[in-house]
Amino acid sequence: MEATWRLDSARIVAALARYTGDFALAEDVASEALAEALVAWPRDGVPRDPTAWLLTTGRRRAIDAFRRRSGRDERYAALGRDLAEGGAHAGGTPVADDDPDLLWDPDVIDDDRLALIFTACHPVLSREARVALTLRVVGGLSSDEIARAFLVPTATVQARITRAKKTLAAARVPFEVPPEADRSERLGSVLQVVYLVFTEGSSATSGDDWMRADLAREAVRLARVLSRLVPHEPEAAGLLALLELTAARFPARTGPDGEPVLLADQDRRRWDAGAIRRGRAALRRAVGAGRGLGPYGLQAAIAEQHDVARSVAETDWDRIVLLYEALGQVAPSPVVELNRAVAVSMASGPAAALALVDDLVAREVLSGSYLLPSVRGELLVQLGRADEARGELELAARLCGNARERGVLERKAAAL
Amino acid sequence: MAKYMLIMRGTDEGRADYEEMDFSEVIAAMGRYNEQMMDAGVLSAGEGLADAAEGAVVDFSGETPVVSDGPYGETKELFNGFWILDVASQDEALEWAKRAPLSGPGTKLEVRRVHGPEDFPADDEWIVKEKQWRAELGTE
Repeated sequence: MEATWRLDSARIVAALARYTGDFALAEDVASEALAEALVAWPRDGVPRDPTAWLLTTGRRRAIDAFRRRSGRDERYAALGRDLAEGGAHAGGTPVADDDPDLLWDPDVIDDDRLALIFTACHPVLSREARVALTLRVVGGLSSDEIARAFLVPTATVQARITRAKKTLAAARVPFEVPPEADRSERLGSVLQVVYLVFTEGSSATSGDDWMRADLAREAVRLARVLSRLVPHEPEAAGLLALLELTAARFPARTGPDGEPVLLADQDRRRWDAGAIRRGRAALRRAVGAGRGLGPYGLQAAIAEQHDVARSVAETDWDRIVLLYEALGQVAPSPVVELNRAVAVSMASGPAAALALVDDLVAREVLSGSYLLPSVRGELLVQLGRADEARGELELAARLCGNARERGVLERKAAAL
Repeated sequence: MAKYMLIMRGTDEGRADYEEMDFSEVIAAMGRYNEQMMDAGVLSAGEGLADAAEGAVVDFSGETPVVSDGPYGETKELFNGFWILDVASQDEALEWAKRAPLSGPGTKLEVRRVHGPEDFPADDEWIVKEKQWRAELGTE
């Protein structure tokens, strides 16, 4: 039953949302239908077509809800009658009662799923709410699963989802694919949600926390779904490419005791060749759109350079520097500049890179982060300025929150 | 997430039913099913096999391998094709299997987990070699 739900929740909620024109109601009645199934199916046996059963039950609950509301609210009165008679509403398709097939019109279902994703990721919602709602209605995860993945109590997830639905209703967010004019900006919000799910899932450094690794894979799956729904959007393909090309390195990312393994020390033979191939294919699609690469596509292109190199030394660092320069133009951030400095040190040596890092220090960006002193310390080591390097590495160790990484920095400093 | 193979198995009876179907309808039904799995981001690979009658069987029962023409006849169950899905659980693989556009007496789908690298010692020389072969072949 959970599996049925995981496969179909997006289509069920999307179809009900189009049918009722009310996203929050659709999610409620879909959940009610699932709750009913949990009682009825073990008792009466699993229906021949579980999806149709859930959809029909959801529709009946929607009609009940409209009837209840119509007593209190004139707006729903006509709608309730309309639904009860199986009539059309809000651009919906007329549906005969108990004939769910008509709700699965293949010409509209993709639009429905896309509208569902755009609604769940609407900018009126907080980032946490967008993530929870997307995983729930698009990914088909339960509140419990989402809570476990994000290391928060189930009640917190439920509260976020309830609040999100109320916010969408209060802001009168229509259930639709946004008009062309807003689409690229709105797509940015969708891509960010998928990216956040991925980073949350991939920041788990230990292999014993399977829910987190699953979360990263769920993000890849969502990115696949999205890139098929908007095939002409280069950033959707770029995001998929970035996630595939990054996840490809996961098998080599941790050592036998779960300690993080740096890129330079990874056994590249353990990288996932299939994921690299899929990621490169997605990147080609992003390039093929002919509109230039955006922030996700550029990060994917950088990941690709690492993934195709046989070693750190044989990596095309000049190209990576150029890609970071482009990324700094379209999505400026101190972290991007710091990464560019690291690439410059590999391409042109530590002196050129130190000038860039000192510039970041002078501008007082990234202050309080251990990243800047750790990179600066490393460059000073390479330049043979051991005393200064030790000070920087000790500072980095003090600022570093991760115990494993702190140990690495302390050992480096002590070795000087 | 793990990979599961959906193995199409059919008896001669199932095969006869299949022969009577309109070929373009069979292709369309399979196409729609494959597209659903693509849309869900779970399809990893899949192939269908040519008629077993065209094939041959190599039998190792005796001193030397013996080749005979035609299908593997003992069980009357033929392996006709497969899909490989990348899904979160065996339940999810079974749910997809239930939706395959196959029907009729004798038609079955077997669902089996595909070995992943976690099933083998990572430092074994042959396992390491296999990773390189997969990179060369572009398979997973």
